[in-house]
Amino acid sequence: MAPTQKEQHWMYRNMVTSRRFEETIAKIYFEGKSPAFNMANGPIPGEMHLSDGQEPVAVGVCAHLTPEDVVTATHRPHHQAIAKGVDLDKMAAEIFGKTTGLSGGRGGHMHLFDADVNFACSGIIAQGMGPAVGAALSRKMQGKPGVAVAFVGEGAVNQGGWHEAMNLAAVWNLPFVCVIEDNAWGISVAKSAATAVPTNDVRAAAYGIPGTRVEGNDPFAIYEAAGKAIERARNGEGPSLIEVDTYRLAGHFMGDAEGYRPEGEKDGLSAKDPIPAMRARLLKDGAASEEELATIEAEAEARVEAAIKFARESADPAPEDALTAVFAA
Amino acid sequence: MTKSNERKLTIARAMAEATAQEMRIDPTVFVMGEDIGALGGVYGNTRGLLDEFGAERIRDTPISETAFIGAAVGAAQDGMRPVVELMFVDFFGVCFDAIYNLMAKNIYFSGGNLKVPMVLMTSTGGGYSDGGQHSQCLYGTFAHLPGMKVVAPSNAYDAKGLMTAAMRDDSPVVYMYHKGLQGMGWLGTEAGATVHVPEEPYTLEIGKAKVVREGKDVSIVSVGMGVHNALKAAKALEAQGVSAEVVDLVSLVPLDRETIRASVAKTGRLIVVDEDYMSYGLSGEIIASVTEHNISVLKAAPKRVAFPDVPIPYARVMEQFCLPNPDKIVAAWNDMKAA
Ligand SMILES: Cc1ncc(C[n+]2csc(CCOP(=O)(O)OP(=O)(O)O)c2C)c(N)n1
Repeated sequence: MAPTQKEQHWMYRNMVTSRRFEETIAKIYFEGKSPAFNMANGPIPGEMHLSDGQEPVAVGVCAHLTPEDVVTATHRPHHQAIAKGVDLDKMAAEIFGKTTGLSGGRGGHMHLFDADVNFACSGIIAQGMGPAVGAALSRKMQGKPGVAVAFVGEGAVNQGGWHEAMNLAAVWNLPFVCVIEDNAWGISVAKSAATAVPTNDVRAAAYGIPGTRVEGNDPFAIYEAAGKAIERARNGEGPSLIEVDTYRLAGHFMGDAEGYRPEGEKDGLSAKDPIPAMRARLLKDGAASEEELATIEAEAEARVEAAIKFARESADPAPEDALTAVFAA
Repeated sequence: MTKSNERKLTIARAMAEATAQEMRIDPTVFVMGEDIGALGGVYGNTRGLLDEFGAERIRDTPISETAFIGAAVGAAQDGMRPVVELMFVDFFGVCFDAIYNLMAKNIYFSGGNLKVPMVLMTSTGGGYSDGGQHSQCLYGTFAHLPGMKVVAPSNAYDAKGLMTAAMRDDSPVVYMYHKGLQGMGWLGTEAGATVHVPEEPYTLEIGKAKVVREGKDVSIVSVGMGVHNALKAAKALEAQGVSAEVVDLVSLVPLDRETIRASVAKTGRLIVVDEDYMSYGLSGEIIASVTEHNISVLKAAPKRVAFPDVPIPYARVMEQFCLPNPDKIVAAWNDMKAA
């Protein structure tokens, strides 16, 4: 199962959009925070978790999804949100805490909800598992089409809630796929110090479902593995587990000095950057011309610029808005 | 006082120092939690410990709070004195069973035949737009459930004494430290929390409140960050000729009702400041402690300055609107006077 040329362009476009978005956010994040780094200052306060390097996972999976399908994402949600089609203007505005944001500034960077494309995320590790399994159950009970995908980090797979949700999905044979983004670190704790098995795909055996591991952070290989799992789910054959070998090019959060990384661990990492690799591959395969790629890149950049401009120019919420939307209207 | 005893420490360093000193004399003390090793804790409270004590006693855990907090209960009952960290108090949801059904109840279930000598450290508070899952205080949630002592220091002196006391206590102690008081520059820390800390070990009595500022017109009762807001408000009130007394609860469980009552008996007026949610929480408990004892000491209806009953919003303008601050305390006084 290989992506069509159109899908390849879509994948590249979303990877580039995500990367430009993250780069822009990273730059703006430090506005007002230097010389002395103070997280509370600047136009984007609070913690910021960027996903540079992990874009192939989001596009490889979401290429198979429609807005009807459900995605629950993590505390590192931007690449997943962009690939799922979350409104970029509203998402940027949310990250800036503006009234035009997805929740009018109530949720923020770790709590992006876009009901139009069935996207949600959470700052609590593995917390997306239950809701994704629940959405899959709901689809099955209502006879509605669609699958639910939960993205988690490899650190999340040690949460009790992860195991409980996997078992539930399996025992009820639900249209559910768990995608693990293995970037080898849970903040400062290496996967090898936190996880009893070298790779998490084998954990699928505990639930009697298929488990696959994709090496090399390769968007095409991820596309293929995700395609099989999602097709299985759509055909009523039950859940699957996919683990993807990926990496984060930056720290766990903005401001992370990464003192815990063994010396040299990041050497050569930027040479493995998946975006230039994808670009070179599209050219080599003749799937896109230099001009086409340049157009995609320019459009992605313009899209991001427009979203950031929209966010910057949007109004702050009224302070008293804090007291609204606690209960359903 | 020797020169070295005049050094100032942040709360983070005071907590780490207390832990190191206790670990040196008591081999049963060990620390576990997420990122408490090489990183030294997200809020700095275990910094330097890995180098001195090694990975056996300074134990990074998987992201498995139910397992490692439950394991701490088991280890505590088996002769160890674990110190465990729940990185943000907000994460209690994934592991509360281990906390309130095990840690808090096993002494009782054993008829007092078991000891559960463990410390659960956890960070509280917001004010830097970290969103509703990373900014709560939840003092009331933890203090409400019987069987665990709950402490919350407002400065480094108290932090060290409470930490040592907590590690020596045979009952479980929840140690709630406020992010904005830790002395981590990147959180825009409150300078008043960094104070002189003696080098030698000492303990603070758990369950004893402190009158941190004497006054005669109104008692402002608070804990943690609220104490600093109360002190700033007291200063502002002083400029208006109002003499405010500030009570730092230091411990939420046991709650030093005597000190609160004595203060209100003296001033006749009470304002409670709580960064936790308003309803069903600390502020109601403190007011009840006074009114159910002797309502006649009050010259005015008590006031509370607390976080409104909404999830903590992300956007700065909304979060700041909700958080207690000195101006709101002064406004509470003005309302009280006008009433
Ligand atoms: C229940 C819970 N415990 C701890 C945390 C703190 N925390 C935030 S991110 C993180 C590491 C997550 O690692 P992983 O799941 O591998 O995702 P990554 O950050 O590597 O993308 C931790 C421990 C949390 N948010 N929720």
